[in-house]
Amino acid sequence: MKKLYGFFFILSLVLVLAACSSGSNDAEGSSDSDSEGGESSSTVEIFSWWTGAGEEDGLLALIDLFEEENPDLTIENAAVAGGAGTNAKAVLATRMEGDDPPSTFQVHGGDELNEGWVAADKMQPLNDLYEENGWEEKFPEELIELVSKDGDIYSVPVNIHRGNVIFYNKKVFEENGIEEPETFEEFFAASQKLKDAGVTPMALGDKNSWPATQIFENVLLGVLGPDDYKKLFEGEIPFDDERVVEAVETFGKILDNINEDHAARNWQDSAQLVANGEAAMLNMGDWAKGYFVNDLEMKTDEDFGYFEFPGTKGEFQVVTDTFGLPKGIENPDEVKKFLTFLGSTEAQDVFNPLKGSIPARTDADESKYDAYGKEAMKDFGESRLVPSLAHGSAAAAGFLTKANQAVNIFVTQRDVDNFIEALKTASQEM
Amino acid sequence: MEEAPSKRKHKKGFTKDQWTAVAFLIPSIILILVFVYGFIGWTGYVSVSNWNTLTPDFSFAGLKNYIYLFQDFRFQADLRNTVFFTIFFIGLVIVMGLGLGILIDQKLKGESFFRNIFLFPMALSFIVTGVVWQWLLNPSTGINQFFQFFGITPKWYTDTNILAGFEWGKIEFGVPVAIIAVVIAAVWQMTGFSLAMYLAGLRGIPNELREAARMDGASEFQIYRKVVIPMLMPITVSVIIIMAHISLKIFDLIYAMTGSGANFVTDVPAVYMYEATFKGNYYANGAAIAIIMLLVVAVFIIPYLWNSRKGDN
Repeated sequence: MKKLYGFFFILSLVLVLAACSSGSNDAEGSSDSDSEGGESSSTVEIFSWWTGAGEEDGLLALIDLFEEENPDLTIENAAVAGGAGTNAKAVLATRMEGDDPPSTFQVHGGDELNEGWVAADKMQPLNDLYEENGWEEKFPEELIELVSKDGDIYSVPVNIHRGNVIFYNKKVFEENGIEEPETFEEFFAASQKLKDAGVTPMALGDKNSWPATQIFENVLLGVLGPDDYKKLFEGEIPFDDERVVEAVETFGKILDNINEDHAARNWQDSAQLVANGEAAMLNMGDWAKGYFVNDLEMKTDEDFGYFEFPGTKGEFQVVTDTFGLPKGIENPDEVKKFLTFLGSTEAQDVFNPLKGSIPARTDADESKYDAYGKEAMKDFGESRLVPSLAHGSAAAAGFLTKANQAVNIFVTQRDVDNFIEALKTASQEM
Repeated sequence: MEEAPSKRKHKKGFTKDQWTAVAFLIPSIILILVFVYGFIGWTGYVSVSNWNTLTPDFSFAGLKNYIYLFQDFRFQADLRNTVFFTIFFIGLVIVMGLGLGILIDQKLKGESFFRNIFLFPMALSFIVTGVVWQWLLNPSTGINQFFQFFGITPKWYTDTNILAGFEWGKIEFGVPVAIIAVVIAAVWQMTGFSLAMYLAGLRGIPNELREAARMDGASEFQIYRKVVIPMLMPITVSVIIIMAHISLKIFDLIYAMTGSGANFVTDVPAVYMYEATFKGNYYANGAAIAIIMLLVVAVFIIPYLWNSRKGDN
């Protein structure tokens, strides 16, 4: 009997230990499990939040093309659903802190990369990759700056979205005799006209705060201009500068023109308001174009039009998805091969037309893109590029979280002093 | 519960049976020590550190993170929302659970049918409940399309008004109207649970007691008020404890249904903890929120555990 009990005791211990170790093994499991297919095949795990309609197709097309060209490598798609990467970023943070980095992961260029993962010493520089491929001439200089820290380049930009676009319902504009406004004055005049006609001038869905923050950053850009906008986030201009106060006041005036149920909507719901004519305009990154065209079956330049956010003509609010090389992965050479592929025109021209974004390289094949894409590519080449706050490029995640909170409070309270104070306090730890 | 073997304890050491019992308990005790208490300790340690970026920084920060939180608009709003959510949620779950329990206890036809209907929402997860009620209580679609025939269109969870509010710290302290929408969803889900508890309690009250009361000339209403409901007191205490620890820690329902809400009218500490930690990389602040939540729940749970331990002895 005693032996039997001893046996059970040992057995239970073994089971417990097995349970523990299998938990931690999951980490490397991703690379181990695929080696069943043959010793020579190696796995590269790509982590992203590309699960939406067009973007998932783009990602899968990328993976297929790469695997075709490199039969000895397997790509594992580790995408986490959730718009703007809200959930994916949380999962990524857990994995990185747990020393279980994916082979490469989607990260917005700018401070999300530089002040986040690079500052935390979790990334490897990719200067050699840039030299080998001559990429320093192929990507715009201001874009490379966005993915560099202290002279080292840390990631490969794959696509570009533009944040300072206003989409509008063409029919509503025509019915009310409104032209595309270029200045804030024209914008507010148009808004008044729409209001008088019983149309909500501006659609907003800020169930998650970032669409409201996005309006604010565009107002900042419109008021400050590209150089001072950058200086503001580099700490050279304080947040209680009178032009920032002016921007906050303008932001408040724009908020007088939004739909009442904004807090119950996400950005897609707010785009629907524009689609069905209840609201006239929507400030959204140009991923909204894909939503209008693919999901709501509207025609570009027929059913909906677009123009630059007032005061930001010739400026390009950059939202760029980039991929870097984390420290502590097993097969950096294979991952570099994949990153080289992601930086090629071939890959960018496969992915971007499907995703509805434009390539980060300036030498891509224009004929593969639709009318909007062609125009955006032209603007991208000619405009000043500035980093977006709402998408984590202009400031570190900590500041962004606090800015989002301050925006959320401001949308309801409209207390300018409070808002400025909150931004100033938050910027001190930037 | 299994106190009997220890009474048989020999003078020296454990019996073989007891050793076996101990041996079987050790693995789970170790696991609980490490994965529950170890991590609570670790969270406490992080909460007094300066780890507020992606780069871990374990230098001692004292109570800095706690002081920050209690001066923070969002956290103050969270505390207010939690207080009113908890009061309304527990109150309604008890009243409705008891009410429905008494109705079902009347030995009507189709009793099991109704019992199952009322219990059914409990089978759902809070995420499902949140998504469904987000649609139902959406101010521009949902049940407002029905209400607008009567000319009323409540703004539900997008309402930013605070009832009976007064200045308190940085916020207006009062009943946030928006939280009522969340309470409705939570009550819909959890009433079945208190109903089941009360029904079991009601079935456990011997009929003789009611008969005796009737003999003494008590009306049905008096029987419930003076006999039945006092006898259900232990059940009520259990329901309060179980509901309190749900409502104080609530995350999934809010996250799926409303998010933080405009001006943080539906925000709760758990949502703040998640966003501070994983979106803002404020690990120390997040840990401090977790510890505060633990302490608040402990205020409810510890007296209860203490009491039930005394009861066992």
